[in-house]
Amino acid sequence: MTTPESFSPVPATSANLLDPSSINVILATDCGSTTTKAILIEKVGGEFRQTFRGEAPTTVEEPAADVTMGVVNSVSEVAELAGRKLIGDDGQVIRPATDGQGCDIYISTSSAGGGLQMMVAGVVREMTAASAKRAALGAGAIVMDTIATNDKRLPHEQIQRIRELRPDMILISGGTDGGTTQHVVQIAEMVAPAKPQPRFGSEYRMPVIFAGNVDARDAITRAFDDSVELSLVENLRPTMERENLSPARDAIHDLFLEHVMAHAPGYDKLISWTDAPIMPTPAAVGNILQQIAERRNVNAVGVDIGGATTDVFSVFDGTFNRTVSANLGMSYSISNVCAEASLPNILRWVPLDMDERELRNRVKNKMIRPTTIPQTLESLLFEQAVAREALRLAYEQHKDFATTLKGVQQQRTVGDTFSQQSSGQTIVNNMTLDLLVGSGGVLSHAPRMSQTAAMLVDAFQPEGITTLAKDSIFMMPHLGVLSQVLPEAAVQVFERDCLVYLGTCIAPAGIGKAGKSCFSYQITGEGISESGEVGFGEMKLLSMADGVIATAVIDPAKGFDAGEGPGKQVEGEIRGGTVGVILDGRGRPLELPEDRDACRQAVVAWNQVQGLAELN
Amino acid sequence: MAQAYTPGLKVTPWTRHRVRRILPIPGEVKKAVGDAVGATDVVAETFMPGNVTPANVANMLSMPPADIPECMIKQVGDTVEVDEILAETKGIFGFFKANCLSRTAGTIETISEVTGQVIIRGAPLPVQVTAYVAGEVVEVIADEGVVIESDVAFVQGIFGIGGETVGPVVMACESPDQELTPERITDEMAGAVLIGGARMTGPAVRRAIEVGCAAVVSGGLDDADLREILGYDLGVAITGSETIGLSLVVTEGFGEIRMAARTHQLLGELAGCEASVNGTTQIRAGVMRPEIVIPRGDDEVTAAGDSDRVAGLLEVGTLVRVIRDPYFGFLGTVADLPTEPQILDSESRARVLNVHTSEGENIVVPRANVELIEE
Repeated sequence: MTTPESFSPVPATSANLLDPSSINVILATDCGSTTTKAILIEKVGGEFRQTFRGEAPTTVEEPAADVTMGVVNSVSEVAELAGRKLIGDDGQVIRPATDGQGCDIYISTSSAGGGLQMMVAGVVREMTAASAKRAALGAGAIVMDTIATNDKRLPHEQIQRIRELRPDMILISGGTDGGTTQHVVQIAEMVAPAKPQPRFGSEYRMPVIFAGNVDARDAITRAFDDSVELSLVENLRPTMERENLSPARDAIHDLFLEHVMAHAPGYDKLISWTDAPIMPTPAAVGNILQQIAERRNVNAVGVDIGGATTDVFSVFDGTFNRTVSANLGMSYSISNVCAEASLPNILRWVPLDMDERELRNRVKNKMIRPTTIPQTLESLLFEQAVAREALRLAYEQHKDFATTLKGVQQQRTVGDTFSQQSSGQTIVNNMTLDLLVGSGGVLSHAPRMSQTAAMLVDAFQPEGITTLAKDSIFMMPHLGVLSQVLPEAAVQVFERDCLVYLGTCIAPAGIGKAGKSCFSYQITGEGISESGEVGFGEMKLLSMADGVIATAVIDPAKGFDAGEGPGKQVEGEIRGGTVGVILDGRGRPLELPEDRDACRQAVVAWNQVQGLAELN
Repeated sequence: MAQAYTPGLKVTPWTRHRVRRILPIPGEVKKAVGDAVGATDVVAETFMPGNVTPANVANMLSMPPADIPECMIKQVGDTVEVDEILAETKGIFGFFKANCLSRTAGTIETISEVTGQVIIRGAPLPVQVTAYVAGEVVEVIADEGVVIESDVAFVQGIFGIGGETVGPVVMACESPDQELTPERITDEMAGAVLIGGARMTGPAVRRAIEVGCAAVVSGGLDDADLREILGYDLGVAITGSETIGLSLVVTEGFGEIRMAARTHQLLGELAGCEASVNGTTQIRAGVMRPEIVIPRGDDEVTAAGDSDRVAGLLEVGTLVRVIRDPYFGFLGTVADLPTEPQILDSESRARVLNVHTSEGENIVVPRANVELIEE
């Protein structure tokens, strides 16, 4: 089976790597759309550790209109806490570090001003357009729309749409090298007269990247006049069987810095301050997740659920994918989650009775006043139920997007006769998922760690044996950009200070009958020796401290699969954490009772087992 | 144009208000500095490049794309009418010619030898910008538009739908706690900016549309009614382009909530005056809230005095409104601001404040869950 080419968002090359022995103090900032977060990383006892953190409002908009003001404010907070002078009298970050002041390197990511917003175009929606979308998303962009010859819109509708959009950049792909040029030129001929207006300033020339059939380059160049900044890069789909996303993605990064960032307020200054190129925040998060997956040789999924959007990152068998669900979030987009998931689907996770009309008004009030927080337990449980559905929908979108290449002919053997899998199957496989990492307000700030674990398990439904973790203070962006120049330091801080291990989830796939056995288990390790049976529909929680590694032997009942096939024993290493070991006998796919009372009873029982909340 | 969000919504009887009225692309500015303008006066005008329609002539004539330039009757820059011949084949000895007709009127912009596609650009589309708020032009931005200044009463809402509109202020509810129901809306209210009290009901909005009101302003709105009015469930609070027949402004929030007494009183005092209303709401980075702008005469300004205070810091004695359950809608004054975070009923740790409510109760709420108000 052919899969999209694996790539690292920004490869760490010997040219940009620094010598770790000469670095002792690292300052990193992430300029978010509302908050700028600064962290200090110092060498403690020969290892890099995250030591202090500060934050301040981002200042890209009026009246400040200079992103460096927010950076200086957040760094000043870190400086105050650390007792270390980091900002000099000239208002800049002090380098290099000397006794008690300054840092050795300063790096930053940014999603301020709404991040990088792109439009992509390709010939066939499921093939080159999908590859172009993957390249843009992998580079950390928000894809505003995808134009393709078969997107079911009439040409004038497509042109109208391009005119309405105000992207920062356009990526055009289409055609395999040496193939027909006609269709991709047709796409360019539609984009050119539409003359899309950029978000920034009238002098800004819209960057257009062409990453399609190399034979079409001359015709493409003729199609555009000098109102756009045209870049020609290698074809991102040179043959049907291969994706080559790196050149397009690198061009996106370069143009992001040269054009988009350079026009955003204060960024010219910030670019001159940093010791490594500024990365879009999601690209940095993808970078660190991929590094970790590679180093440990595991399959990993990461999620960042915010107020407006939910980003999902995955690395399966070395293939990295990222999706951003633009309208699934916990404040600005909370109403959209309710509209997409439906209120009954959200309420199935709530162990209490709630009035639907009142809830609808509450959701809308959260949407229009997004900064409020739940004061009552009832409010909190409702928000966590919404989060489950937002995460579930975002993961479904991710699975639909992270697929093998479509349009590829597959050679079948006799053994494949009964396997009717076509090209374009998802490469996300919950059974082979090893590590699931959650971050974002509703997951990171849940009052109980068990609530974070429960939201992850209910939404992502991991199968077999899966380690659960959360990003302690949302420092994955900082570590992603750090891994460009000091991968060792990034991994050390990620392991020791970034990840909070929640524990392990053991959940066989399959559906059974209530009361019948789902699986039996035997867990042995340092300070732990547990065995027993979990019935279908039942959950158990075993306490197992963080850092403890144990061996689990799982014997699934007939019809249940824990990773080795139905009914086959699985032995694996499991890790303890702040929550422990969740033994989940609810089956996969997870189906909740349709009857509201039965559903509430089941949720109350699971709530009790996991210690999610004290219900009266 | 609506104003940028400030902590707490702005409600003021007088403020010097400036609006920038800018064309989306360069054009002609119709007014000069010092000109007095009415809300509906056109201040700048331009023409947008017309819509583009592609025609695949190669397909229509069944010819290779490279041969299309030779077959074109119309060349780049030529104008073409509907059903006019665009291109024609040479035929055999001048017979059996095939041609293709233009389905749209416009000017030929490009002829492609690669795809055989001809791009026809339609007639330029006129774009006009009105003053929106009556006042005086204080600045002309060459080829773009003007800045208009006026002394106004200004009320910011929390949520709205529909774009800009203008009409006289008409009170439909005598007190801020009266629900706006259909019986309160009469045929004489056509073209008015209708001021309700507490929740505006769905039937009341439908009645206002029927009568032809310009806008409806009230304290609250039920989500179920909003869904029915729009015909869909609003996912994100980005509004302004709805075409339901009027603009709606909700001043307090969703559910049964009365309009702040001061807002209702201010609007009541200005009944009969012309109001400019914009329901556009964008709750994202760079928030926009809906607004009601009422230009005032010089004499009224002197009487009203400058009370253009924007809500600022939270202090003991500050007037606040709770904006989240379980005390949603409660009004009161800040009694204490403990510095240490406290554990809430939800078990979250957060910084809180003590509020002495107008009902005489003392409540503790997270600082994130209050809004500063001027009452």
